[in-house]
Amino acid sequence: MKKLVSAGIAALLSCTASVAYADVKVGMITTLSGGGSTLGIDVRDGFELALKQSGNTEIELLIEDDARKPDVAKKLADKFIQKDKVDILTGIIWSNLAMAVVPAATRKGTLYVSPNAGPSALAGKACHENYYNVAWQNDNLHEAMGSHANKAGYKKTFILAPNYPAGTDALKGFQRMYEGELAGELFTKLGQDDYAAEIAQIRASGADSVFFFLPGGMGIAFMKQYAQSGLDVPVMGPAFSFSQDILPAIGDAALGVANSSQWGKDLESDVNAKFVAGFKETYGRLPSLYASQGYDAANLILSAMAKADVSDKDAFRAALKQADFESVRGDFKFGNNNHPIQDIYVREVVKEDGQITNKIVGVAIKGHQDVYASKCRMK
Amino acid sequence: MQVTDTAPKPVTGFKFNREGATNVAVMAVLLALPLWASSVGEDYYVNLASLITIFAIAGVGLNFAIGQGGMVSFGHAAFFGIGGYTAGIAAFHSFEETLFMSVPFAISGTNQMLIIWVVAMALCGLAALAIGAISLRTEGVYFIMITLAFAQMIYYFAISWPTYGGEDGLSIYLRNQIGAVDTDHALTFFLICFGLLLAAIFVSARLSGSRFGAALGTARMNETRLATSGINPFPIKLTGFIISAMITGLAGALFAELNGFVGPSMLSWHRSGEIMVFVILGGVGRLYGPVIGASLFVLLETYIGEWTEHWQLLLGFALLGVVLFARGGVMGLIAGRARHD
Amino acid sequence: MTAALIFEQIINGLQFGLTLFLMAAGLTLVFGVMGLINLAHGSLYMVGAFCCAWVTQQTGSFWLGLGGGVIGAAAAGALIEALVIRRLYDRDHLDQVLATFALILIFSEGTRMVFGSMPLYLNIPNALTGTVALPGVEAYPLYRLFIILAAIAVALLLYALISKTRLGMRIRAGESDREMIAALGVDIKTLYTIVFALGAAIAGLSGALVGALRSVQVGMGEPVLILAFVVIVIGGIGSIKGALIGSILIGLVDTLGRIFLPVILKFFMENSSANSVGAALSSMLIYLMMAGILAVKPKGLFNASN
Repeated sequence: MKKLVSAGIAALLSCTASVAYADVKVGMITTLSGGGSTLGIDVRDGFELALKQSGNTEIELLIEDDARKPDVAKKLADKFIQKDKVDILTGIIWSNLAMAVVPAATRKGTLYVSPNAGPSALAGKACHENYYNVAWQNDNLHEAMGSHANKAGYKKTFILAPNYPAGTDALKGFQRMYEGELAGELFTKLGQDDYAAEIAQIRASGADSVFFFLPGGMGIAFMKQYAQSGLDVPVMGPAFSFSQDILPAIGDAALGVANSSQWGKDLESDVNAKFVAGFKETYGRLPSLYASQGYDAANLILSAMAKADVSDKDAFRAALKQADFESVRGDFKFGNNNHPIQDIYVREVVKEDGQITNKIVGVAIKGHQDVYASKCRMK
Repeated sequence: MQVTDTAPKPVTGFKFNREGATNVAVMAVLLALPLWASSVGEDYYVNLASLITIFAIAGVGLNFAIGQGGMVSFGHAAFFGIGGYTAGIAAFHSFEETLFMSVPFAISGTNQMLIIWVVAMALCGLAALAIGAISLRTEGVYFIMITLAFAQMIYYFAISWPTYGGEDGLSIYLRNQIGAVDTDHALTFFLICFGLLLAAIFVSARLSGSRFGAALGTARMNETRLATSGINPFPIKLTGFIISAMITGLAGALFAELNGFVGPSMLSWHRSGEIMVFVILGGVGRLYGPVIGASLFVLLETYIGEWTEHWQLLLGFALLGVVLFARGGVMGLIAGRARHD
Repeated sequence: MTAALIFEQIINGLQFGLTLFLMAAGLTLVFGVMGLINLAHGSLYMVGAFCCAWVTQQTGSFWLGLGGGVIGAAAAGALIEALVIRRLYDRDHLDQVLATFALILIFSEGTRMVFGSMPLYLNIPNALTGTVALPGVEAYPLYRLFIILAAIAVALLLYALISKTRLGMRIRAGESDREMIAALGVDIKTLYTIVFALGAAIAGLSGALVGALRSVQVGMGEPVLILAFVVIVIGGIGSIKGALIGSILIGLVDTLGRIFLPVILKFFMENSSANSVGAALSSMLIYLMMAGILAVKPKGLFNASN
């Protein structure tokens, strides 16, 4: 599925031949088949939309499918770097794939712009001047939910997540901010799809709220079963379990749930309006936060291209670091470790015109930076 | 075990028949392409050839269990992964300059490939001893499923064990070394893998031709006959299983070096299926079959993937076609039915 | 940890086991009659769930959807039996594993081409929402109770079919001696297609029923498939009774293990590591149990041929 999006159509429309910098070649490795492909497809579509809207013809985008396999992602990265000689890699959705690709690629001098995964190692000790995360550090949304739980006055929260690094990080992230006590803590099996036993534990614990991180199908199953259980304890979680790609599958069971996100389609700004309208028009569906991250990743790269030549690595890195682009999420800047410092919002799942979607109801945490930044040597 | 009794006797060395000629041709192409690619500076193709070679080694290992011993293991990813994690963990401790364990005696990491290979194969041998000792009490579908279950057990363990990254896996930041050889050089690394592939094939051929191999072959075809000739089939099969696991484990260690990364996906049941696919595509029991199978698999995955997102559909049809209509795999098509038919 | 909670978790374990039985029953039936190991059984489960979701969406009725799921899976089963599976009966297990592994790839990618990558919406019918009070359990979801009853019904129907009907007689004859019933003039080809379609229909029913409670997406059949294999291997391949007991055993061990292992471990270590070690151990528990059982009884608890 190699696609050369030299933005052919856009080329006809625009004649903004700015500075005559060398063309930038971007290699996108993302998940387009198998489990979790909706995330990759949204990142890709958001990215392509930004390129199309910009009308920039100096960027060449190559796209390949990693099928969510670390070794395939690694092979594709080698191909992009060694054969296609790309300047920038992007697109990886999953932390384990990012860990397989990013350290080697950035050390060899390729730039990497992450539109989704933000494992803690890459934000802390293993941070790198060639690595830019335009989404979030993995813990961010969970920390925001912890902070929200305090504001909502929860005193006894039950927390659960799958037993793998992203899951344990999620619960740690939540507890970093949360001040109340825990009604219970459970680690489920990765890929588990029956939660009757866990829900019984929650009921028996006398919790006043539930925080869960169960991405993809696990979250769908949990929410449906939770709604069936007749349990009336408020639920909260990061946006990953309530993003636009899976909300329709959960249905009414998700209504009223609070979730944290750095973006929402109802954030008021020109660039967000342009993004949401453009996405709906081009692809015929509502954008998810993954699409917004793909869109921002493209705009970040475009903003650097306007300022520096990619062959001058130092200048281009400086241009990336300035993050001089209009993010659809509002204020955005990079911290010392090239991870975002940003506001994180609380959204609520609502029904709008018969469609289930999210509405921003408040700010969970303002100007938030990850805790690993202090472990990073970069300034 | 219901594996075809018609599996051919492996060809030892290059005999000048069609299979022998095919073997020479395949190995020559596999060697020539990366030499050429390296000379024109396309390291990507060299690494692709290394990947084929490594998968072929894994296949040679499983082929020994299936083709020679009739043990259809659906859990060889366990050994592939253990080999990989050995390389990853050794490199991790070497890089961090920490100890792997301090009690009862201190073991530090290492970045010496030769040591890693030996340790990886030894660990795989031990794991195979334990798994085989239980699994070989069963047969048929039970054997297939119990090997799968053991691999799943190790898979879930790797996912949830935080010390070595859990599902995120472990990065090998600097490729491990052999003395003063620059293993990071793509062609050098390929030649190492190629040499090991030849060694694996040689060992497999020599063993098959030995008295042990004959006993194992008899155990595959008729356990009772072996038992009546005064040989207990169990230790014979167990030894065959262990050797098979050690070869696949070596491939795992090389795979980790090639990728600079290990993770639980090396242990998944899809991986076990893929290693089986290498064996079947090439032709069960054919000494060089896994080389052909691995080449086809990697080429299919790489090149169909370039023109359609739905490459898995085509891979499925290709696989189905081979199983249904090309019994004996690609080698069977080229070289005709095995000589013993 | 009260006695009531332990009792409730036992019920949950039973129910989880019975949902597994729905999946394992077809698998073990097909193996028992045709000697076929079918990895694509999980794909038929997925087909059932997708057909159910699609028909429910089109008609607005879950019950029609349920029928659609069963029929869709049975049709898909009959189709692959005629095109592919039929050629595998006299092959060795290796070929069967590979060919049905290929079918998984084809089904998964094919479903994605038709329905796209997004999970589908499928919810339980209004009539079955809500909870009921059971002895010892204050609020048990009605739908889960319905699944329990459905699984018991399937078990009874299968029992009646195999022991009381003409088809069942042939199935039993086929299990014990394939050449014999062919010699007796039974149309073995049709019999095999019927049995395979029946197994597929049960898988489809299970996918549709359980799909409403879980997530309907591509790949949903794979985790269930592996569990179902563990079940039938423990129970003895080919034995419906073994599958029933095996699934209940797995359901109980898995459910109670993941809830109570961390609790037990808390006596020995601090909370947080007890939680994660307990979860790690419990995810390996059923495989350990399987290894243990096979080490003692290499042909499972209730081998059909014994």
